[in-house]
Amino acid sequence: MAYSNKVIEHYENPRNVGAFGTSKEVAARKDIGIGIVGAPECGDVMQLQIKVSEQGIIEDAKFKCFGCGSAIASSSLATEWIKGKTVDEALTIRNTQIVEELSLPPVKIHCSVLAEDSIRSAIEDWKKKSGASPASQSPMPVTQHA
Amino acid sequence: MISSNSSTSNSPIYLDHAATTRCDPKVVEAMLPYFTEMFGNAGSRNHQFGWQAEDGIEIAREHAAKLIGAQAKEVIFTSGSTESNNLAIKGAAEIYARAAAGQTGRGHIITAAHEHKAVLDPIRRLMREGFDATFIQPPPDGVITAEMVKAALRPDTILVSIMWANNELGTINEVPEIGRLCHEKEVIFHTDATQWVGKMPTNVEADQIDLLSWSGHKMYGPKGVGGLYVRRRKPRVRLEALQDGGGQERGMRSGTQNVSGIVGFGKACELCFNEMESEGNRLLAMRNRLEAELKKRIEVTVVNGHPTKRLPNISNISFGFVEGESLMMGVREIACSSGSACTSASLEPSYVLKSLGIGDDLAHSSLRLSLGRWTTEAEIDSAIVMIETAVNHLRRLSPLYDLHKEGVDLSKIVWQAH
Ligand SMILES: Cc1ncc(COP(=O)(O)O)c(C=O)c1O
Ligand code: FES
Repeated sequence: MAYSNKVIEHYENPRNVGAFGTSKEVAARKDIGIGIVGAPECGDVMQLQIKVSEQGIIEDAKFKCFGCGSAIASSSLATEWIKGKTVDEALTIRNTQIVEELSLPPVKIHCSVLAEDSIRSAIEDWKKKSGASPASQSPMPVTQHA
Repeated sequence: MISSNSSTSNSPIYLDHAATTRCDPKVVEAMLPYFTEMFGNAGSRNHQFGWQAEDGIEIAREHAAKLIGAQAKEVIFTSGSTESNNLAIKGAAEIYARAAAGQTGRGHIITAAHEHKAVLDPIRRLMREGFDATFIQPPPDGVITAEMVKAALRPDTILVSIMWANNELGTINEVPEIGRLCHEKEVIFHTDATQWVGKMPTNVEADQIDLLSWSGHKMYGPKGVGGLYVRRRKPRVRLEALQDGGGQERGMRSGTQNVSGIVGFGKACELCFNEMESEGNRLLAMRNRLEAELKKRIEVTVVNGHPTKRLPNISNISFGFVEGESLMMGVREIACSSGSACTSASLEPSYVLKSLGIGDDLAHSSLRLSLGRWTTEAEIDSAIVMIETAVNHLRRLSPLYDLHKEGVDLSKIVWQAH
């Protein structure tokens, strides 16, 4: 399968690669949300870490990904998109937007789903750790007042 | 004159010879006159065009037979190994069946779980038609032994089909021993020798084979043409034809012969026969160097399949913590394949690697590199560096590699698969 130029570009120059410390260190930090989705048996593991301000703004994001080029590009793009956004804004990102931006073919749609899932999962983790109430129960999220 | 350079400077390094090979220019040259000048139908018995075509086919049959140590009469031309396997397996099952069509208990067939689909699927069809089958589970080194076949034999076993060398791993099964066992037990023995013939010495007499499939495009011949060896004495093997018509190829394969293709196939067999020994040594040295260098430069690199009972040209290697398709993307200048799920339409990792029990994560991390006639030392040098660079790039991105470095045992983690 031929890859789109955007996938190749993200593959070669992935944005925001890394983590905010060892797995133990980040687990202890309340300002960091971690999302790990997928499984090595399925051939894909995506890890997204977000550093969130008290106002609920995603100040920084880092990813690591074991998966195909489209999965790497999807997670790299996801970190670009969520940086600077509030968690609630980040939650509105849909995998279909990633598919469109990267021109992913149908067999690679699940790689974009993985990216969307990792955003949700990281935000959920942050909410749990920081004590912020889940978005669904909070019609006027804190972040919108910020 | 057709250039014999394998690649122009900007085309990728071709390391996918187990998938198919470049047609040797000498083969193409031999074929060309049969399109435009000697274009006759070999069945036309009354004019020069027909005679020329027939001569071309019979010379090819001699070369094909010589390559496998058979008599020319014992070789049937087909469209390739898929057809040869189908004809051998279904054709023999029908003849040696123990009960009539439509009944159950028609006979037992033995094969292995990591055979090519062109063996497994015909056998699965036969299972729906009243036959029984055993799929031997390969051991971790991938080699099927005569002992394993012996353990699977039943009084009603009519056919054993075990490939000679595996197309994903290159592992070599105990073919002469399995042949001997089958002859002792009077069971028909078929071997899919697609990856073996042309690279390794073959003698259907000494190796006690009844039916053998091979294919032109895996040995520098054209696509869409292959051979089936059908033993004529001790025992005389009979096959039920799969397609009926003009009765060509001793009635076992009706249809006007693909004359130019068969001529090319014969030429390919001749070239392989002449070059086999020196070429085998050359490929083995390069393949071993490739593996040794990769293992030296990249930690957690595992060569899959038996370390030595392997064809000289195939290497199946897993690079831990790196997914195969992304790795292939990192080495776009190398044409190769991977057992990763991401590369397959079904999104399942290679059933061959899975059957060896090597673990799904390593199956996803595998590359199959297969060398061939025009592979050069310089290409191997470049491939080593490209693979090393790509693995390093991807490990920097890999959450699994981080866990490995932290000393976490990946097999102990409970993942939430999506
Ligand atoms: C072991 C084996 N059997 C059968 C086949 C099918 O051969 P063909 O492409 O000639 O039908 C292949 C090649 O794909 C193979 O490697
Ligand atoms: S991660 Fe497997 S196809 Fe993308």
